[in-house]
Amino acid sequence: MAQKVLDALTATHGHAVERTESTYGDEIAWIKRDQLVAVAQWLRDDPAMAFDSPVFVTCIDRLDWQPIGVPPSEGWNESKPRFEVVYQLRSSVHRTRIRLKIAVTEQDPRVPSLAEIWPAFNWQERETFDMYGVRFDGHPDLRRIYMYEEFVGYPLRKDYPKEKRQPLVRRDDLPINPIKRENP
Amino acid sequence: MATEATLKQLVLGRKDVQDLSDTEQELPPDLMTVNMGPSHPAMHGTVRIVLTVDGERIVKSDVQPGYLHRCFEKESEHATYTQVFPYTDRLNYVSPMINNVGWAMAIEKLMQIKPTPRCEYVRVIVSEMSRLTDHLTCVGASAMELGAFTAFLYFLKCREWLYELLEKVSGARLTHSYLRIGGVAKDLPDDFDADLTKCLDQIVPVIAEVEVMLNNNKIFRDRMAGVGAMTKAEALATGCVGPIARACGVDYDVRRDHPYSIYPEVEFDVPLGTHGDCYDRYLVRVEEMKQSIRILRQCLKQIPPGPVMVDDPRVSLPPKRDTYNTIESMIRHFKHIMDGIRVPPGEVYVFVEGGNGELGFYVVADGTGRPYKAYCRSPSFVHLSTASQLIHGHLIADIVPIFGMINMIGGECDK
Repeated sequence: MAQKVLDALTATHGHAVERTESTYGDEIAWIKRDQLVAVAQWLRDDPAMAFDSPVFVTCIDRLDWQPIGVPPSEGWNESKPRFEVVYQLRSSVHRTRIRLKIAVTEQDPRVPSLAEIWPAFNWQERETFDMYGVRFDGHPDLRRIYMYEEFVGYPLRKDYPKEKRQPLVRRDDLPINPIKRENP
Repeated sequence: MATEATLKQLVLGRKDVQDLSDTEQELPPDLMTVNMGPSHPAMHGTVRIVLTVDGERIVKSDVQPGYLHRCFEKESEHATYTQVFPYTDRLNYVSPMINNVGWAMAIEKLMQIKPTPRCEYVRVIVSEMSRLTDHLTCVGASAMELGAFTAFLYFLKCREWLYELLEKVSGARLTHSYLRIGGVAKDLPDDFDADLTKCLDQIVPVIAEVEVMLNNNKIFRDRMAGVGAMTKAEALATGCVGPIARACGVDYDVRRDHPYSIYPEVEFDVPLGTHGDCYDRYLVRVEEMKQSIRILRQCLKQIPPGPVMVDDPRVSLPPKRDTYNTIESMIRHFKHIMDGIRVPPGEVYVFVEGGNGELGFYVVADGTGRPYKAYCRSPSFVHLSTASQLIHGHLIADIVPIFGMINMIGGECDK
């Protein structure tokens, strides 16, 4: 059903779509990073698409990706982008769903923010930034959300050891509290 | 006169209003920053709000979650698929069964397993009981925070009956871990049918009684109606789901619109609100409880006999008798426990209607016994992100009903 969405997306924004795939009834479109905002705007505003409900944002760190049962070349290696930023959208009008994926390299983990288009992504992008260190360009308030500002590193990255502990050392020079910063 | 003022000051512990000079009488005009939380009696869970207030009115707020962050996703990546169940219990700890169902369904979809018909019914029964406990807690606690302590006690009494039954089913009162991939841990107890019917018959009059107490109660309505209102468009754009979105008129219920399990076979209505304020959220929740009771009664009538676990060697443990007596079964048992269930590579997003709305699990599998990535789309987190906008312009006292009706569950929000 949502294959129609993918077809329409490739027809109108063919230059922005790297490839499309379908797994377990979910439709996935790989979008070029610089075209993401245009595609998102179109998905929301076109009445035939009407993706008015944002669902979630997250990121996949492919550093340890060596799936069993497929040749090693399918796994991750240095030549491939390390992160995939995932946006899941839903249309409450047409009852369709689509997942947008953007491949991001380790050296330049930046994605344009969609928080202006769907306000729900404001906090979810902050969460993804907090956990994976992916920066969302144009985000109105990109701060850590679960971890404290003093935290070093990004806990959900595959190279962050699970058992690693960090003592909490208070630092006053960090913008922990934006309200305090404005009204000293 | 001077002596009288001094005497008054001694008695009152402060100057009387008439004795204040003109400059002393004026309140400071500048904005004030107030910290609410992270541990505050009127907050559900631990969340900190930094408020900038103009007198009693909120002009700016910064909601800061994360005090209950327990690394659900990181821990899941290092646990076998079955070991994640106890972690999901602790996401939304007032309706743990629904979280269990969501996780089990995600893995089953990756492995293309279809649970047995009886198992599907058992899952729906425990889910709806969990939805009842969730709404009972939410409505009861919110009413208590507004002063209606009786409603709280009545609803907690109901919740306790349900917890007792769930304890009978699973062995644990709060964190059940009752589900398994491919089924449930054990069948329902023998007298469950009669117990649940009796329990529901007891709950129905209590809900009616509390409705009489609250629905037209002047204090309750004054505190709830028109407070924290949200439009339908705002609810959609901010990603709200579940009772909060339905109170705004968003006609969306996962159980009906993306039906899973045996929900197509039972009849239920999806209540909708019109104003999107706290009072509508309360009404929607109460109505949903009645619908849950309706679903439960239908399930009890329809539930077929049969096994509750699929007979699939990939997910089910061999019978204990064989485990102790044959080497093949023992190896299978050992591999199953130590290596975990082997899930073929792939990714899937499965969502169910949780107590607070669309609860989703986005799982990436790499063929080993442990998830490569396990993301939980927690409705509480999304709803809490709207809190700043909802309390804007309201009084400090209005934070209490707004937060109560957002029903932020710390465990689910902070993961």
